[in-house]
Amino acid sequence: MNTNHLKAIVAIKRVIDYNVKVRVKADLSDVDLSNTKMSMNPFCEIAVEEAVRLKEAGIVDDILVVSIGPKNCQEQIRSALALGADRGLQVECDVSASPLDVARILQKIQQEEGADIFLLGKQSIDTDNNQTGQMLAALLDCPQATCASRIQIEQNKAIVTREVDGGLLTVEMPLPVVITTDLRLNEPRFAALPKIMQAKRKPLAVKTLADLDIKLTTDIELISVSSPAHRQAGIMLNSVDELISTLRSDAQVQIPKHGEEA
Amino acid sequence: MKTLIIAEHNQHALKAATLVTLGAAQQLGQPIDLLIAGHEISELSQDAATIAGIDRVLTWDHAMLAIPFSETLAPVIANLRSQYSHILLASSSFGKDLAPRIAALCGVNALSDVIEIISPNQYKRPIYAGNAIATVKNSASCQILTIRTSAFSAPTHEPTASLAQVHALSVELPHSPVRFVKQTLSESSRPELNSAEIIVSGGRAVGSEANFSVIYDLADKLGAAVGASRAAVDAGYIANDLQVGQTGQVVAPSLYLAVGISGAIQHLAGMKDSKVIVAINNDPEAPIFSVADYGLVADLFDAIPAMTARL
Repeated sequence: MNTNHLKAIVAIKRVIDYNVKVRVKADLSDVDLSNTKMSMNPFCEIAVEEAVRLKEAGIVDDILVVSIGPKNCQEQIRSALALGADRGLQVECDVSASPLDVARILQKIQQEEGADIFLLGKQSIDTDNNQTGQMLAALLDCPQATCASRIQIEQNKAIVTREVDGGLLTVEMPLPVVITTDLRLNEPRFAALPKIMQAKRKPLAVKTLADLDIKLTTDIELISVSSPAHRQAGIMLNSVDELISTLRSDAQVQIPKHGEEA
Repeated sequence: MKTLIIAEHNQHALKAATLVTLGAAQQLGQPIDLLIAGHEISELSQDAATIAGIDRVLTWDHAMLAIPFSETLAPVIANLRSQYSHILLASSSFGKDLAPRIAALCGVNALSDVIEIISPNQYKRPIYAGNAIATVKNSASCQILTIRTSAFSAPTHEPTASLAQVHALSVELPHSPVRFVKQTLSESSRPELNSAEIIVSGGRAVGSEANFSVIYDLADKLGAAVGASRAAVDAGYIANDLQVGQTGQVVAPSLYLAVGISGAIQHLAGMKDSKVIVAINNDPEAPIFSVADYGLVADLFDAIPAMTARL
């Protein structure tokens, strides 16, 4: 294995655009996604960007982008190809795949691809699970670096700085590795029009779950989806003095009096 | 069946998040074991044995566990699965990193960020950044859950005289390929964001890293933690580990002061369960006012120093 010819797989998810307001269906069965703008999950975009930067740095020479979903997730695969990925793979799946399903599918793909670096978003902004990368690493029996804010690849190892409660943790691990991306890792670029045109000619394969011999898990069942309790708008106050006296009388916390330290 | 909690600690004391997880676990109504993995943890384990509601304290002491990695912990915990119907972790960076790795080794899905336990197999959890709440049924033989600590409370019982049994696990240390390089913890004498009673958060309107001193001054007067919106973090005014929101920390203090924060959906997702919310913003149309109990339309550079001076 040569450090300069590494293979990366980036898994991406098509989700509701992060600027769109979420509506719950009237029958409370799920969130209503009809006629809703869909985009690549923002953390997945960061993962694609990082893979492209590793390629531009001469460390990675092949980037495969995988998305699991119905045919329209090919739009997000094309976006990733326009950003600089080399190949796309759609795994046809018309129902919502659980994190373990996705991890098992990626594990199967890895058997054929033998990638050195997996890059995934730390979580998707729809189901907010933050699980898939860790599960994939477990199934591949390889190290994981979640919530990465800095990635260095050298001599068949990854040195990753992770965002953890209270600060940053830097770890070193041999390849292959699964890395999940956090916000500060990079700022994804916008695809230029010529690249969008080129992306249409890049290879995009399609596989079915049957091709990969995957049966979806059924252990978690969605019973219903509701809107969160609505918070009522409160009272507008006119001055700092009024705010302080209101907090002293109403807030359930101790507000220090003048001259005493908390 | 029994419940297993994976403890988080600093070698001397359990973290508040673990005690809150214990509070959640008690709602399952089953005997509770607590696993403490670490190095030189005998004193900590003896202390934990006095906590009411814990049946057994399992200890796993090894020098390599001084900084515990999921690669090492997960296989050992997954091997305990036949004894437990539920394995609970706090939804902290430690818990989020570890729980899915355990679950995949057990061949089950995990549930993240549980905010309500309806029954021992039905739960509520936020999705879409808290803009929707899912009710889910978990039929896995061993259910692995992470607990959103802002939604539960630690048990209030006094330490018990009847000590829990302390049982040392004898397991072989799995090979871990991960090497620790360094840890940079934000040094702060202020309370931690996820356990603070009061939080003062600043947004993009604060304008610069230097200007954040007005936020720090007020926070210190109130004995509060400091938070920030993603916009302020993205602008480089403040460290990301102080970010409140969908992509940062989810908090629910008694009092949340949002200063110069417009109130993007993703920020509201991180703080709207606070008991009292105060918004100070110079834009009367800012969405933050729609969730605030008390609003003040003012320039933060006038209002905040004035408030600090008058407290």
